[in-house]
Amino acid sequence: MIRSEILREIAPILRDQLVVCNIGIPSQELHAIDDQPSNFYMLGTMGLASSIGLGLALAQPKTVIVIDGDGSVLTNLGTLPTIGNNAPNNYILMIIDNGSYGSTGDQPTYTGMKTDLAGMARAAGSDNVVEVQDVDTGKALQEAIDAGKPTVMVVKCDSGNAKMPVITMDPVIIRDRFMKAVAS
Amino acid sequence: MNIDKKIADDLVANDISFVTTVPCKQLAGVIEEVDQRDDIFHIPSNKEDEGMGLCAGAWMGGKRPAIIMQNTAIGVTINTLATLTQFYRMPLPMLISYRGELREPVACQVEMAVHTKALLAQLNIPTYHFHKQSDVEEFDNILKYTFMCNKPVAILTDANFWGGYGDQ
Ligand SMILES: Cc1ncc(C[n+]2csc(CCOP(=O)(O)OP(=O)(O)O)c2C)c(N)n1
Ligand SMILES: [Mg+2]
Repeated sequence: MIRSEILREIAPILRDQLVVCNIGIPSQELHAIDDQPSNFYMLGTMGLASSIGLGLALAQPKTVIVIDGDGSVLTNLGTLPTIGNNAPNNYILMIIDNGSYGSTGDQPTYTGMKTDLAGMARAAGSDNVVEVQDVDTGKALQEAIDAGKPTVMVVKCDSGNAKMPVITMDPVIIRDRFMKAVAS
Repeated sequence: MNIDKKIADDLVANDISFVTTVPCKQLAGVIEEVDQRDDIFHIPSNKEDEGMGLCAGAWMGGKRPAIIMQNTAIGVTINTLATLTQFYRMPLPMLISYRGELREPVACQVEMAVHTKALLAQLNIPTYHFHKQSDVEEFDNILKYTFMCNKPVAILTDANFWGGYGDQ
């Protein structure tokens, strides 16, 4: 499966949750598949989805699901110790690990080679790290939500992108409707 | 006056309850003070752009954030300031140690000091420079201003403000 197929499958689970979504095609795909005010789309700032989601989870009690990418986690590796030492029970980091920089044309990342993000998350202090194969994502995500523990999911899937339109919504509108969903 | 306490008092009085930091020798006292306050959740970050991501999330979650960092971090955070904090119009007080100014003993610090104000100006970031201890009296108003206009705002604090360096 590629990322868009996973997103389509888990959209019914994501719909009722606060979601912070990675830059580029991941956000375009989620936006096209099931746009919700409770989705925060990153339009830039590669790497910070996991950090934004962590700040959000620490500031309020609702469950926060971060949809991140292997390339973005690799560019902000300092996030893993911060998560490992501070993540509250309402924090789920789901890394879609397609072994590539999908948005920029599927150039390979090191996670498709020798680098193991799950091992890095564990070494950085996260106690609940689950490695998931693409077809099992929905089940694993629901389990993580139900467990109510800080969880890092590394979802292994194929590289590839669906063709979806660019998000043209104004960033302040994305942010404002998201904050209203958070506060509701 | 104890400026570390005064700064922490002003943060608390302005309902700032989420503070992330990356240390600088000049900031050691204020970081320790912030860490000890019950009204403030202090979360150290590993890099300042990461810290700004944490602050963005905390603010969307209903908490008022702040970041405490060194001026060299302006070189680390320009993309984040432009594409996250400013693009989504979020408030962020940045208490910044202004290394490489008068009384600086480390020559390398001057290399970013000469770019600091130019970079902040290029980003249209409101910038205040604390040089004398009494300048701290403006801190409370700067915090109010930041959350009025929903912008990142820089407060540069030089060695003279902190009363010198000791051995570094
Ligand atoms: C600082 C910076 N460098 C490079 C880019 C270009 N860029 C945007 S998305 C992306 C790939 C992200 O890959 P990943 O997080 O694995 O997500 P995927 O698309 O594979 O799901 C890159 C390199 C950028 N936006 N910012
Ligand atoms: Mg990827």
